[in-house]
Amino acid sequence: MKGPTESFPVAANRELGNAQLRSNLGNATSTIRAKRARVVEELPDWEALRDAGSAIKADVLANLDTYLLQFEQALTAAGATVHWARDGAEACAVVAEVARAHGADEVVKVKSLTTDEIELNATLAAQGIHALETDFAELILQLDGDWSSHILVPAIHRNRTEIRDLFQRTIAPDITSDEPGVLAEAARVYLRERFLNAKVGVSGANFGVAETGTLCVVESEGNGRMCTTLPPVLVSIIGIEKLVPSFADLEVFLQLLPRSSTGERMNPYTSLWTGVTEGDGPQELHVVLLDNGRTRVLEDEVGRQALHCIRCSACLNVCPVYSRTGGHAYGSVYPGPIGAILTPQLIGIENAPSLPFASSLCGACYEVCPVKIDIPRVLLHLREKSVDAVGGRTERAAMSGVGWVFGRAWRLRLAQRIGRVLQRPFVRDGVIRRLPPPLSAWTDSRDLRPIAPAHPSDENSGNDDE
Amino acid sequence: MKLGLFSTCVADTMFPDAVRATASVLERLGHEVVVPREQTCCGQMHLNAGYRRDAQPLADRFVATFAGFEAVVCPSSSCVGTIRELYPQLLGIDNQITERVFELSEFLVDQLGVEDLGAAYPHRVTYHPTCHSLRVTKVGDAPLRLLRNVRGLELVELPDATECCGFGGTFSLKNAATSSAILADKCQSIESTGAEVCTALDGSCLLQIGGGLSRGGDRARAVHIAEILASR
Ligand code: SF4
Repeated sequence: MKGPTESFPVAANRELGNAQLRSNLGNATSTIRAKRARVVEELPDWEALRDAGSAIKADVLANLDTYLLQFEQALTAAGATVHWARDGAEACAVVAEVARAHGADEVVKVKSLTTDEIELNATLAAQGIHALETDFAELILQLDGDWSSHILVPAIHRNRTEIRDLFQRTIAPDITSDEPGVLAEAARVYLRERFLNAKVGVSGANFGVAETGTLCVVESEGNGRMCTTLPPVLVSIIGIEKLVPSFADLEVFLQLLPRSSTGERMNPYTSLWTGVTEGDGPQELHVVLLDNGRTRVLEDEVGRQALHCIRCSACLNVCPVYSRTGGHAYGSVYPGPIGAILTPQLIGIENAPSLPFASSLCGACYEVCPVKIDIPRVLLHLREKSVDAVGGRTERAAMSGVGWVFGRAWRLRLAQRIGRVLQRPFVRDGVIRRLPPPLSAWTDSRDLRPIAPAHPSDENSGNDDE
Repeated sequence: MKLGLFSTCVADTMFPDAVRATASVLERLGHEVVVPREQTCCGQMHLNAGYRRDAQPLADRFVATFAGFEAVVCPSSSCVGTIRELYPQLLGIDNQITERVFELSEFLVDQLGVEDLGAAYPHRVTYHPTCHSLRVTKVGDAPLRLLRNVRGLELVELPDATECCGFGGTFSLKNAATSSAILADKCQSIESTGAEVCTALDGSCLLQIGGGLSRGGDRARAVHIAEILASR
């Protein structure tokens, strides 16, 4: 999995300068957020559902070994072939092999973060196999060589005029209108042929039912249904954490997911399939069980709750940081609050040390998360790991210094006194407008309230303790 | 009651009037208030920045300083949240005193059952519910109940009130550009209300909001809620 190539603050600075991005994001996130709030409010048992979702996921993670074997057994019994992939390369190799075995130089794809995570498209392309994205937004990004900035709405950073111009250049030279209906029709015409001719389909899965071996894909456009039913061969790649114990458990998640992600009571298409059924759908089904760092995440008692995630994207939409910077600033297929805790765990904290700090710890993510991942808590945990792994000496020294000052009351009083003297040349009309680095990071955009002339903790009688 | 007042490092250093106001509100209600000289910082900054080991002695110090009080009142919801939530979770400190630490407004409304302090403050005021007061300390509508009972105070609703102000401790320096972008929207919301004063429970957030308002030449000022509640 690719990690960030630059630190979050650097990437965020650049993205913040993109005014179009910021206004698209602001509009889109606030619209989805309001929709979500409305449909969540309707359910009197929402909190109980969240508790149930969290409990089921915790059980799955605690007994993953058992559930995975059960899942494999059920799948095999239903006529599927199961592959275990330690990493992305192994998973991609399975897909390539299946495509080659059927002489396919193109596969049609359902939108899938897991396949993005393992860079399936690029790996297949290197072997002469084209992976065609059939989700509307994913198709847009693929046509433009761009990449996703939102888990659910990957092209959230593009607007419809940009999309019309792109279609003119690529799949629909005659298109003139930027009406959503016209744009969708252009994509439909382009895709239909390819669905019908595809020999191999590739999907991820939102859920896998351990008891029955059933796979489940939840989507809005119906393209996923096409990919999983029309081609004679289907390869489904599923992260090992995506299991639920029984069919009945889907009841909980199929309520939590659509309301949290698109703000709908129910999503338009829910596809469920169990192995191979003669005369109906793909006659060859391969299921790839992907680790790719997940067992490492599982080892961490605090961090493992990140594996509860059902990729609803509610945490992105409420995040004050994400809604300003957008997803590209996170430098990974998993952006926003979930990305800030998942990416560093999947690829190692030393490879994404700035991500856990990309948060004001406002807690809005935890409040909306349908499976109750305590994201702020995991952020703190990962911050500590980041500091231990790659913490800078200057910061370390500054923190120790502040810790020393706070270690005794007389030292705090002394520091307040020294600060008062040092700030003197900078105070104008009761505020500080400019300070030298590193404090200029504050005063570049904000005034600073000066240290007061006297302090309440010093106004009480009594002795200094030390 | 004999109450310990935890002034917090931020308020003690930059918002001393908020601390004095907290003391006077409580004293007027007949309580004995002590601001122990030994207090410094709860360790929040270290805990939030990934320096848990450096926070431990500060937390131990807090507990030792305040152990003898019936309750501890503090004019900052994020410090109270740190003590009540993070001390047990991260530092293994879970004792009677951490459970008896309260933010001022929740102490007044939920513990003392007081909503009218006889205060008067003839200004147009908007209230920013800080993230920690909403989601960690969970003070509910206690601050609003208190503000509604202040004579002459015109309370105007803040649009997108529950949005973060962008402070976030060291986040405000490490991710200064993002922090400022979030702040800009908050300041715009405040200005749109036409309020003269934006109030909140946390000195740290008021530092951020006040800094943004003042830099933008905006009309509103940032004032700690304790100062409003102590006004006559
Ligand atoms: S962390 Fe929670 S809120 Fe965020 S995408 Fe995952 S399930 Fe949804």
